[in-house]
Amino acid sequence: MDKQNAFRGTAEQEAKLKAVIDESRTTPGCLMHVLQEAQGIYGYLPIEVQTMIAEGLGISLSEVFGVATFYSQFSLKPKGKHRISVCLGTACYVKGSDKILAELEKELGIKCGECTEDGLFSIDSCRCVGACGLAPVMMIGDEVYGKLTPEMVKGIIDKYKEAEYDNH
Amino acid sequence: MSTKLINVKINGINVTVPEGTTILQAARKAHIEIPTLCYLKDVNCVGSCRMCVVEATGARGLVAACVYPVAEGMEVRTNTEKCRQSRKMTLELILSKHKKKCLSCERNHNCELQKLSLGYSVDEDRFKGEDFVLPIDTSTPYVVRDNDKCINCMRCVAACRKQHVDAIGPIGRGFHVHIGSAFDRPLSESPCVGCGQCIVACPVGALSERSTIDEVWKALSDNTKKVVFYTAPSVRATLGEAFDLPVGTNVEGKMVAAIRRLGPHAVFNMDVTADLTIMEEASELINRIKTNKPLPMFTSCCPGWIKFVEQTYPELIPHLSTCKSPQQMFGALLKSYWCEKHDISPENLYVVSVIPCTAKKYECEREQMPDDVDAAITTRELARMIKTAGIKFTELPDEEFDNPFATATGAGSIFGATGGVMEAALRTAARMLDGNFEALDFFAVRGSQGIKEATYLVAGHTLRVAVASGLDNARIIAEQVRSGEKKYDFVEIMACPGGCVNGGGQPTLSDSVRNTVELKEARARALYDCDNKNDLRRSADSPVMDVIYEDFLGFPNSRKAHEILHTTYRADKRV
Repeated sequence: MDKQNAFRGTAEQEAKLKAVIDESRTTPGCLMHVLQEAQGIYGYLPIEVQTMIAEGLGISLSEVFGVATFYSQFSLKPKGKHRISVCLGTACYVKGSDKILAELEKELGIKCGECTEDGLFSIDSCRCVGACGLAPVMMIGDEVYGKLTPEMVKGIIDKYKEAEYDNH
Repeated sequence: MSTKLINVKINGINVTVPEGTTILQAARKAHIEIPTLCYLKDVNCVGSCRMCVVEATGARGLVAACVYPVAEGMEVRTNTEKCRQSRKMTLELILSKHKKKCLSCERNHNCELQKLSLGYSVDEDRFKGEDFVLPIDTSTPYVVRDNDKCINCMRCVAACRKQHVDAIGPIGRGFHVHIGSAFDRPLSESPCVGCGQCIVACPVGALSERSTIDEVWKALSDNTKKVVFYTAPSVRATLGEAFDLPVGTNVEGKMVAAIRRLGPHAVFNMDVTADLTIMEEASELINRIKTNKPLPMFTSCCPGWIKFVEQTYPELIPHLSTCKSPQQMFGALLKSYWCEKHDISPENLYVVSVIPCTAKKYECEREQMPDDVDAAITTRELARMIKTAGIKFTELPDEEFDNPFATATGAGSIFGATGGVMEAALRTAARMLDGNFEALDFFAVRGSQGIKEATYLVAGHTLRVAVASGLDNARIIAEQVRSGEKKYDFVEIMACPGGCVNGGGQPTLSDSVRNTVELKEARARALYDCDNKNDLRRSADSPVMDVIYEDFLGFPNSRKAHEILHTTYRADKRV
């Protein structure tokens, strides 16, 4: 496994997940809920986490993995400190959000669904954030950026990078 | 199912069926077969492939006959233009991303998709699906998965889930769904035990055994090699199906004749080492009882079960009989005793075992005994060799196995059905404990039920026994033994439901047969018939056993017997 994806779970995170599993175990159909909580705790669902869930709930890893890969909200890869989410919903798409996504991928050197090696940025796509009037739209963390053009992408990313340098 | 009866009309024919019956089942009563792909009796019933769509009064649009229950007064039409157009479109969409390498596909002429495509006159190139090539999984010695041929019917997933092994499942969503192990790891790293139930469930050529036919042909044409074949007990009861004979036809004589025409040095009967297994296993059981060693003792002839214990219940390893399986015993015996006797160097002997099983391909590669058997081929592979060699199977005369491994007892023959090993062992163990013990029929352990229990009193010993087939049932017994909830002395486990007669290496029959014939029962009947007709029914009474022990091994569980016929196990915990 590459360095970027090496599992760095803490004992504290494990205890939290165990507690979720223990309180959910007897509820039929609890797998979705447990996966959601696990993703909240770890940020993503690597094999180590899914194995804990499978063993904890007494179901097979293949079943856990099947559900985790069915829903696009679940991620098997770690997310960056700044989570970029590009809207590919109808309004944004017709306004050219695919070009925004392509520019982001070029700027950060990663594909949609991946995370930069320094752990700062990850890119995902989403379907409608409810700001169609501002299309095309992307979110970075909780911040919404609207009426985007590909030329604006570099400046926005640089702002986050500079803030990181200032913090150090 | 309730006993209330429902009257329906299928294509104008009146049928009366119990409430809760599906349209598919009701149509069969009217002698109409509705086409299916994802449906497989006892295994998969999810209504997802839409091949079985029919028109039914009271329903909006077409309904899936495999899951739609009939209602009073319902009129069903199974073959309207609307149904046929819908099925044709479904097939064309499936074919849009199906690797159409039919010419060399091992399921050519035995493929449900091909059969339906012909029937509905499809254009296989009407739609062009996105081109993405999935890797072929050849990571195990027993199964090959080619997902570009997969139609996502889920029958393999359902078969694996029914076994409670759950090594595979659907991955991803939409167009990119494919079947595989968690995290797309190779099958060899999953909890798969190699039972092959997925292969016999597959309607197309996405799953097949890892074939070793080419190596066997090569050995047969190598003048420096002496090639010997031997066939497992259940192969005689199933090989005929590959030549369109009715399910349950015993073709022992033609099978021997056909193999002989492939040109090996000898054709032997694996029932002989089934008898030998019983001699060793029964002695081991009695020894365990008398010396307070771990009980219950579990049988060890099923490699799927052995792999399951090593991966899932390693703490039960001390309970496994140390006996090798009949396949491995035979290889070991040939390469020692038989080679010595005929002054053949073991390196020049090429041992081919014909088995109803895919896990046996893994077994002969186990690190504890890699040299016993050179190739293990399934019933299907043998059938393919016979066909390729142009041997007219059904026209062959009946011939006999070669000596000195021709004569076996009926106890050896029933190894191929669930409960058979138990009954065979009881016949000999009872006689070993009580020299006057006469009974030969142990009816309570027969039949295709998943779990059977019985208690026998022999020479002051109470023998509590259990028999389980299917790994779902094996898991129940393993849990009960581990927790101490059940106390047994001897337990027989077969990984495949019904035992070897229903093994993953047996002929893949068309859905129209699989969904209507009770395969396990019909095939098992052929083996019990062999047993009934045999004058010798107790392994200990076999003259061949006398010779092997006098000539070579000394006595059951002797030091030499242990060296050659017994093995060890190793924990290999998997998630």
